[in-house]
Amino acid sequence: MDLEKNEQEKKESKAPKIELVLSNPPHIRAPQSVTSIMWLVVVSLLPALAFSVYLFGAKALYLIAVSTGTAMVAETLYQLAMRKKATPFDGSAVITGILLAMNVPPDAPLWMVGIGSAFAIIIAKQLFGGLGFNIFNPALAGRAFLLASWPVYMATAWHRFTDTNILSRGIQNCSNIPPGAFDAITGATPLAVLKGASKYINEMNVQADAFYTTLLSNQMLKSLALGDIGGCLGETSALFLLAGALLLLYKRIITWHIPASYMGTVAVFTAIYYFLNPVPGSETVGHFIPRMVLFHLLSGGLVLGAFYMATDMVTTPVTRKGMILFGVGCGIITCLIRLWGGYPEGVSYSILLMNATVPLIDKLFKPRVYGTFRKHTSHEE
Amino acid sequence: MFRGFKGGIHPPENKHFSGGKSFSNLSVPHSCFIPLQQHIGKPAKPVVEPGQSVEEGQLIGSSDGFISANVHSSIPGKVVEIREHPTVYTPFGQCVVIETGGAFASNVTREPDNTWAELPGEELLGRIRECGIVGLGGAAFPTMVKLSPPRNKVIDTLLINGSECEPYLTVDDMLLRTYPAEIIEGTRIILKILGVKRAVIGVEKNKPDAVRALKQAISASRFREKVEIWTLKTKYPQGAEKQLIKAVLNREVPSGGLPMDAAVVVQNVGTVFAIREAVLFKKSLFERYITVTGAIVNNPGNYKVRIGTRISDILREIGGLTEEPAKIIMGGPMCGISLNSLEVPVVKGTSGVLFLGKNEVDVVDYRPCIRCGRCVTVCPSGLLPCDLCNAVEKNQLQIAEGLSPFDCIMCGSCTYVCPSRRPISHFIKVGQQRLRKLK
Repeated sequence: MDLEKNEQEKKESKAPKIELVLSNPPHIRAPQSVTSIMWLVVVSLLPALAFSVYLFGAKALYLIAVSTGTAMVAETLYQLAMRKKATPFDGSAVITGILLAMNVPPDAPLWMVGIGSAFAIIIAKQLFGGLGFNIFNPALAGRAFLLASWPVYMATAWHRFTDTNILSRGIQNCSNIPPGAFDAITGATPLAVLKGASKYINEMNVQADAFYTTLLSNQMLKSLALGDIGGCLGETSALFLLAGALLLLYKRIITWHIPASYMGTVAVFTAIYYFLNPVPGSETVGHFIPRMVLFHLLSGGLVLGAFYMATDMVTTPVTRKGMILFGVGCGIITCLIRLWGGYPEGVSYSILLMNATVPLIDKLFKPRVYGTFRKHTSHEE
Repeated sequence: MFRGFKGGIHPPENKHFSGGKSFSNLSVPHSCFIPLQQHIGKPAKPVVEPGQSVEEGQLIGSSDGFISANVHSSIPGKVVEIREHPTVYTPFGQCVVIETGGAFASNVTREPDNTWAELPGEELLGRIRECGIVGLGGAAFPTMVKLSPPRNKVIDTLLINGSECEPYLTVDDMLLRTYPAEIIEGTRIILKILGVKRAVIGVEKNKPDAVRALKQAISASRFREKVEIWTLKTKYPQGAEKQLIKAVLNREVPSGGLPMDAAVVVQNVGTVFAIREAVLFKKSLFERYITVTGAIVNNPGNYKVRIGTRISDILREIGGLTEEPAKIIMGGPMCGISLNSLEVPVVKGTSGVLFLGKNEVDVVDYRPCIRCGRCVTVCPSGLLPCDLCNAVEKNQLQIAEGLSPFDCIMCGSCTYVCPSRRPISHFIKVGQQRLRKLK
């Protein structure tokens, strides 16, 4: 009887062995992976990209293609040279390429964008150890490199809607600014116009109130929101960028902390600035301060920077509180550069500067460990 | 008032496979492989010899030391041998192999001993020790030790853990729905042992039937003790001791301390049920309720099984799988242990067996940390899991030590959310082991 049972058991043990996966817990994973996150960011950028192609024509498409292609090739070549696994399709190089393309003027030469893209990938990202180890946002580092190397292209290669008009197709001379001066105004990007306010008013005999009425007109603010303005590929459409950002927020790829604190700081900072420093001629413009705040929020690279570049996971703090401080820091530096600095725009430098402070911020905002008490607390409820 | 704990995750619950299915008893298996190590602490010492006849519930392994537990025969029959056999904790654990045979002899008393309220606490505690009760929630810590805190520790609240936050598992839910009066009686027994006035049974919000059953059972009976039912947020790891204490009492267990340092004792509902059976029937812990579940299981459900029943026997009885399993997990998917063989027996700490098919198991290599901070957001212990993981990966133990690795409760939330698929909690465990070795 016992023998029989033993036989039976032996037979059972000879049954074909199944292959079982052994691993440490947990045995289930959240669906989002690095690759899916990266490609979703790419998808969220598509509306803004499509709009830039619509606005600037095929040259925008070439810029995006060259920048993205160079980024992927540079990533692959470097990884192969270092005998690492090549990851051109994980989406991260694609994002760097796209973001860099969004940070150059539409008429920039293709070779320059290619060089910038290769710099971003190889110098700013791979030399630090690749994805996850870079200190600075690669696309912004690439932009800074281009701005230092070819400042003329970076500052003047704007798309012209007409022979002289860079500013916006929709803007009209609503306050009877002298035609010559109006041509000069529309020959610059919105933030450059603001930066040159004293030049237009003092040297070109533009009435201060006429200047601000034109600059802050409903038409101008509408152009800023819709993106029908001159500037870099990605500086243009606030609405399309926000639409993509909503997708990222909904999918929890980014959180509200950095964009809200960044844009909030810019809003508060500029409001206080214009409150304390009344601009001559601003009295005639109704709701001057709110309009000015809106102008600052919608113009330049702020929307792109706040939602897409200051939220880059690798180069920003890991804690929520740290993220808020990071956003506030970006906002302050952006305003300092815009209001007092030499450049009309400060978004990219502000993010790069704050990138450098991330290790410090992370150290400052370590979460409190459960069961440890900073102050003496009792166990009472 | 903020009641709850920081962090946590919401993995898909997947409780529908076995949820609401009433318990059914699996038949007595032909043979049992009963491990001598089924608990935290020292393994039990075998007290039977091959060839010896045993009855159901007879002591076969004796508790060896303070933190250890008795082990009993789950079937009547004959001891075949004591040998090494794969168990959930080790690939070669000492197991007493018993084959069914002879008359169905049992040492469980049939009539309940309703006099427990008059007995001294030591007597009740003695029965719990004799019956080899351990925590049935998964950790299998000897209950007797948990219920005898040192004299200098004041305990003011007993927490009964019915949160069952692990996805897939439904056994505690069904226990509460099926035996609410028994759970409450067990709770009162523990209150008596501890000399505590107040008990709170915490149940996650996704088990309304269990809450209703408990409330009915309380209003149906009369007793002096204060037993409260609390509905808790559905969030993993709600059932982790420290998080449960925070959520219910808004207290924190001091770092490095035990729940009793926060004046609390926590018991799982399964354990409470077993304690009652031990006290009323002197029934040793030789069988338990488990959930057998997974998308590929033909008849997922909640079953009563004998300790020592091999998974292959369970599968044969309940109708097998629809496809070959790619992974078998003892426990839930978040904290459970993956098995390398169908021959592993059910132990006291087995709350469920989960079968995952090929499509549900992904074997991918992990990638570098991209510092997304999700692990920081979800960590219920307030750690920086990403930094800790990176430090251990590079073997920078000094840095790792500064990041409070021993405050990790191993809930696995960080690993769950990591988009780089990094085995963060595993690295933290490795860090703990390396640091312990250094000391």
